[in-house]
Amino acid sequence: MTGDRPRYIPHTEADVRHMLDVIGVSDLDALFACVPEKLRLARALDLPRAASEQEVVAELSRLAARNASSESHDWFLGAGTYAHYVPAAVSALASRAEFLTAYTPYQPEISQGTLQTIFEWQTMVCALTGMEVSNASLYDGASATAEAVLMAMRITRRSRVVVAPGLHPHYADVLRCYLRALDVEIAMADAGLEAAVDDRTACLVVQQPAFLGTVSDLRAAAAAAHARGALLISVTAEALSLALLRAPGELGADIACGEAQSFGVPMSLGGPALGFLACRERFVRQMPGRLCGQTEDAQGRRGFVLTLSTREQHIRREKATSNICTNQGLCLLLATIYLSLLGRVGLRRLARINYAKAEHAKARVRETRGLRLPLAAPTFNEFAVGVPDSGAAALARAEAAGIVGGLDLADYAPELGPAVLVCTTELASRAAIDRLVAALANR
Amino acid sequence: MSDAKTPADGPEAIGFATRGLAWEEPLSFERSVPGRVGYSLPDLDVPEADPASALGADAVREDLPGLPELSEVDVVRHFTRLSTWNAAVDLGLYPLGSCTMKYNPKVNEQVARLPGFAGAHPLQPPALAQGFLELVWKLERQLAEISGMDRVSLQPAAGAQGELAGIMMVRAHHEHRGERRSRVLVPDSAHGTNPASAALNGYSVTTVTSGRDGVLHPDAVAAAMGPDVAALMITNPNTLGLFEPHIAEICEIVHRGGGLVYGDGANLNALLGIARPGDLGIDVMHFNLHKTFSTPHGGGGPGSGPVGVVNALAPYLPVPMVRKLEGSEGRGYALDYEFPHSIGRLHANFGNVGMLVRAYAYVRSLGPDGLRACAEMAVLNANYLLARLRDRWHVPYDRPVMHECVLSDKALEPTGVTTLDVAKRLIDYGYHPPTVYFPLIVHGALMIEPTESEPLEGLDRFVAALAAIADEAEHDPERVRGAPHRTRRGRLDETRAARRPVLRWQPDAASS
Repeated sequence: MTGDRPRYIPHTEADVRHMLDVIGVSDLDALFACVPEKLRLARALDLPRAASEQEVVAELSRLAARNASSESHDWFLGAGTYAHYVPAAVSALASRAEFLTAYTPYQPEISQGTLQTIFEWQTMVCALTGMEVSNASLYDGASATAEAVLMAMRITRRSRVVVAPGLHPHYADVLRCYLRALDVEIAMADAGLEAAVDDRTACLVVQQPAFLGTVSDLRAAAAAAHARGALLISVTAEALSLALLRAPGELGADIACGEAQSFGVPMSLGGPALGFLACRERFVRQMPGRLCGQTEDAQGRRGFVLTLSTREQHIRREKATSNICTNQGLCLLLATIYLSLLGRVGLRRLARINYAKAEHAKARVRETRGLRLPLAAPTFNEFAVGVPDSGAAALARAEAAGIVGGLDLADYAPELGPAVLVCTTELASRAAIDRLVAALANR
Repeated sequence: MSDAKTPADGPEAIGFATRGLAWEEPLSFERSVPGRVGYSLPDLDVPEADPASALGADAVREDLPGLPELSEVDVVRHFTRLSTWNAAVDLGLYPLGSCTMKYNPKVNEQVARLPGFAGAHPLQPPALAQGFLELVWKLERQLAEISGMDRVSLQPAAGAQGELAGIMMVRAHHEHRGERRSRVLVPDSAHGTNPASAALNGYSVTTVTSGRDGVLHPDAVAAAMGPDVAALMITNPNTLGLFEPHIAEICEIVHRGGGLVYGDGANLNALLGIARPGDLGIDVMHFNLHKTFSTPHGGGGPGSGPVGVVNALAPYLPVPMVRKLEGSEGRGYALDYEFPHSIGRLHANFGNVGMLVRAYAYVRSLGPDGLRACAEMAVLNANYLLARLRDRWHVPYDRPVMHECVLSDKALEPTGVTTLDVAKRLIDYGYHPPTVYFPLIVHGALMIEPTESEPLEGLDRFVAALAAIADEAEHDPERVRGAPHRTRRGRLDETRAARRPVLRWQPDAASS
């Protein structure tokens, strides 16, 4: 394909000639006279020549075929990104171009579709977290955690952060990255929460379920934080757990944040993901990110607008609560459709299915020689499994059987001995669990 | 050739907006009927397990009353109807300045949904993700060639996160050299994310005033420069759509003072194949794949904001990067954490990979000539609009522009009609309004970026609509001030929304 303008560009030669005449310049180069000659690129870009649509599809298909996926393998890898079944209606509806090709809803009269969806999302997040306000999403669970910590620092005017064991190690990395320029102490509460929280502590960060899948007592964490005037931030990386566990807001959390990719968003190698952040109403003016609110038009008809934008960078510039500009609108749409389909009953049932699969898999692990459960605490749909030789060897055996068997914990939790982190969602059949257990145990 | 109607023909003839069936649509919670289901779950093939027995009853949720109960048909109609309440690029011109609302190719959507991308996991072993790693490796090099930067990290999830990463690297660079610098210079025409990103890095912001000709002048930068300045953040072309002609000299001044120059890549579309930020003296910049590289805006996101750097800043890049294996290592690609001075990690995983796939498909579809054609036609469209609008509209900086042009509402002052009114009236003609009241240095700015996607006759109709509105402002200002008249909701009361925030639906508040 050479010579022609790309099919995405409508201009004919006659159009171009006419437009140049109206502008009053001789040729296209003259349009760039404002770019000093010596600053212009004097050659063509060194890129592969344009490919036809058919060639592009073939090339990308070839690349895609070299990646394993939850369609090509039995899937037990979670650790912050979860393989769940997505109903057909979710992507069918979210593919509508009116959603896909719209911008941020700055003009509410012609953006009510996007705005009402955000309002419904905010309502659903509040229901799931037991909070009073939710924003219109953030990049991912990791940056949502960092933004929650920054928010807690603004609210408490303190600059020490305590992180409970079990925060996703990548979330901890992002938290350190976001805070590196600010004068903040990040303390790891390895020796108990009460001892770690002091009067200078802005917040205690607790992931629930923890990175290794375990469920802990959030009420106790809230008590430890509140006793010293700190806020409790609950972080949820597997949002489906919110449908099984009591809401963090009911257990004393002040800010609930995390990752909602599980709600109908493809894994897509971890992004785009769907960070969420919800909190108590009294903190709303310290929230980062977009907020959608209800209002009326002149005839008194209900409508929705972006609101409280004096918190945001486009108004407040360097005094904004965050530099964030986009939200994860499309992912939020997927999740809102997904949650509408699953609904009040279906989402809880799905969470129970995930829980039952994990309990069954754990029972199989317990009865299998060579495997063990190194952690005693209860779990939701993910748990550590001790293996006889090494995590890498065990996962290689699984892979040979067409299974992506989990995450090797050698780098993440060496204290457990050779172990892998296994996740069982509704996609894990009983037969696949049996094959996984056999492969991990080398039997 | 154009066949524009005259303003006397009215909104429908000019803009093609018309009437059709339109549905009111309540909130999903208001449609909820107990007992309706919109899901089908397989029978459990393992024993039921009671979570209360292991977790304790107090830890387990009893109900989830905040979610609706709907059938699949209910949900499909609900969101299909909601979608019809949106304007979108696929419906018509969406000339938001600085947002580059170009056409989002359908093939990009198709390839991003391939199971090997959409169904792949960030932590699967690299041996099982070679196609992904190869795509990242190639896209990094393509963006580096397009921008003239040496290395590019694809990790930042949006432009603002790219800025954050870029300024973090600036800070790391100075700290590594044992220098503590406290200020960042930002022109008064900059996007709000620039000062916000600087502040998140602990810097104070010094605003540099643009010249009367709308561009940044070396003397203004020199006057603001000092040994405490870490960086200048500059957008080129700037938010007036003007190329910064003194960019090379400005970069030299900043470099001489030991500072670095950050390039905001929001307006890169105008430069594709024409000029490269790296050749202009920029040290670090971000790209907006959701602008220049055609990934859809999705009603606010996800974006994708890769950050490019010159070699001197490469040691500070976020990790992981991707490396091509060489020699005895065998063939293929690996994750690369060997950046000892890295600022660390900005995203839980690799950033917005789905957007990277789309952008890669776009670069491959266009090739070097096609990318340059985007810049040429985008600049042609913007200058054509400027040429046709300047006799009726006040142009505060009337010079040849790049990808966008900026009008003010000065000519409307006697009529009492404001930029906001014009924006809302444009809706009646079938157009999404331009960006309004930005840049801040223009009174009542209307910032118009047509992009290369818009055909001549579409531009002519848009010009006719703006001419008709200028007429209306003189002869029937109330009609303009009351706009929009044709939308399903009239102008919405934003003050009320902020004064008494209602941010979620509650059953008892349903009547309000």
